[in-house]
Amino acid sequence: MWPGAMLKEVLCSLFKKPATHNYPFVKIAKPEAFRGKLNFFSDKCIGCKICMRDCPSNAIIIHKIADKQFEAEIRLDKCVYCAQCVESCPKKALEATHDFELASLSQDSLRVIIK
Amino acid sequence: MAKVTIPIGPQHPSLKEPESFSVTIDGEKIISMTMKLGYNHRGIEKACEERTYLQDMYLIERICGICSHTHSTCFIQAVEEIAGLEIPRRAAYIRSLVGELERIHSHLLWLGVAGHEIGFDTLLMYSWRDREIVMDLLAMLTGNRVNYAINTIGGIRRDINADNIRDILKAVDTLEERTKYYIQIATQEVTLIQRLSGVGTLSFEDAKRLGAVGPTARASNLPRDTRKDDPYAAYGELNFKVVTDTHNDVYGRTLVRVGELMESYAIIRQILTNLPDGPIAVKAPRKIAPGEATSRYEAPRGEDLHYVKSNGSDKPERVKVRAPTLANLQSVSKMLENGYLADFPIVIAAIDPCFSCTDRMIVGVHHPDGELAGAMDWKALRTYSIDWYKKNRGVNFKIKA
Repeated sequence: MWPGAMLKEVLCSLFKKPATHNYPFVKIAKPEAFRGKLNFFSDKCIGCKICMRDCPSNAIIIHKIADKQFEAEIRLDKCVYCAQCVESCPKKALEATHDFELASLSQDSLRVIIK
Repeated sequence: MAKVTIPIGPQHPSLKEPESFSVTIDGEKIISMTMKLGYNHRGIEKACEERTYLQDMYLIERICGICSHTHSTCFIQAVEEIAGLEIPRRAAYIRSLVGELERIHSHLLWLGVAGHEIGFDTLLMYSWRDREIVMDLLAMLTGNRVNYAINTIGGIRRDINADNIRDILKAVDTLEERTKYYIQIATQEVTLIQRLSGVGTLSFEDAKRLGAVGPTARASNLPRDTRKDDPYAAYGELNFKVVTDTHNDVYGRTLVRVGELMESYAIIRQILTNLPDGPIAVKAPRKIAPGEATSRYEAPRGEDLHYVKSNGSDKPERVKVRAPTLANLQSVSKMLENGYLADFPIVIAAIDPCFSCTDRMIVGVHHPDGELAGAMDWKALRTYSIDWYKKNRGVNFKIKA
């Protein structure tokens, strides 16, 4: 027995395209079920706050701004992107988008208020 | 030569997580090893008591990034047992499906890490490239590559369709072909065989005595597998064999893991052909009736154990997690004895350790005279468990004198 059982595979790889993606320049398709940044539809919200109760990281706060009008404060830095709130919402006022490039240098920009 | 005790860690290039080992060596030979846990303690068990069962599921899932489905399923099984919920068969099958995909990704990851620890980085590059196939499958099925969040109390959150089944079967064929190649490498590559043979030996008797679990136990020819011993999810209806090996060393653990990959492909094919129709979840109450339950789950690294105690509110009174690495740590000390210091990284890596899963806290209560109380010794624990089974389950164990 001689060492180098993988040598053939290694040499073949010299003539193959890289397995990696050139990420920031080439974007790959995300799966349909992907859970990214939350989106909020204020016209559907009834202010039951079940999303706030079920959120494992207290990342969503529903504020009442006027009679039967609500806004959502979403903390992108606290959110664990489990999308439990989307499932818990009885009126489908929340949705998980495919947006995931949320890194930021300031904490203020991670506090999103959707009216 | 005089014996020397050297500290390894908490920060060390060969260890992936902060962990402190104190190794006594005589020249190049290891005489004994003791370890100190606690650098990754995150207080998850206590945090669980402050959150509802639904919130706990996502917290528990984050105990480990590799076996996240393991921990969430293990916890959910305990909660469902207390609540008396019976999950639909389709949900049980899909839980097993995700569990097996997770095992594939964990074992391929381990194969790469083991290659890296012995300086065989070519293996690392190729096995991790192939691991991307299964990561993409998990992302397609559950939405994310890690922390899948597929479970919910009473079932699962996402259903799978015919397109998914087709994609999984196609990817499993590719993976099986690649795994056959790795089995060929593992049995032919002379550098791999010579580097791993006879390293970190753990005999059958020691594995049994020290309570080794998972591939570590199975490589010592101890057929210990929770999927067979105490079937959960859909494993009771599936046909598979427990892969064991008689090498007793790191090489045996490699063979067990690649062998288990082949079994996992067979299990996935069975799940997908026998997938029952029906609902994927039953409605679960927010408040769980008082009670307690222990749940076991065969993680890729071995048996995972969760204990949940409910007091009738929507938050658990106590959650206890025992990760597989904790069960295997005693064996590591034994494996290292009479080995060489240079084998230290690969012997540790061979149990596929996850120290942040392992770190839990025990509070020992001291009497004023300095004696430790509050912890039970082996004899007292045994008597307690025998009494518990007699009282609660009606099982009468005979104690040998």
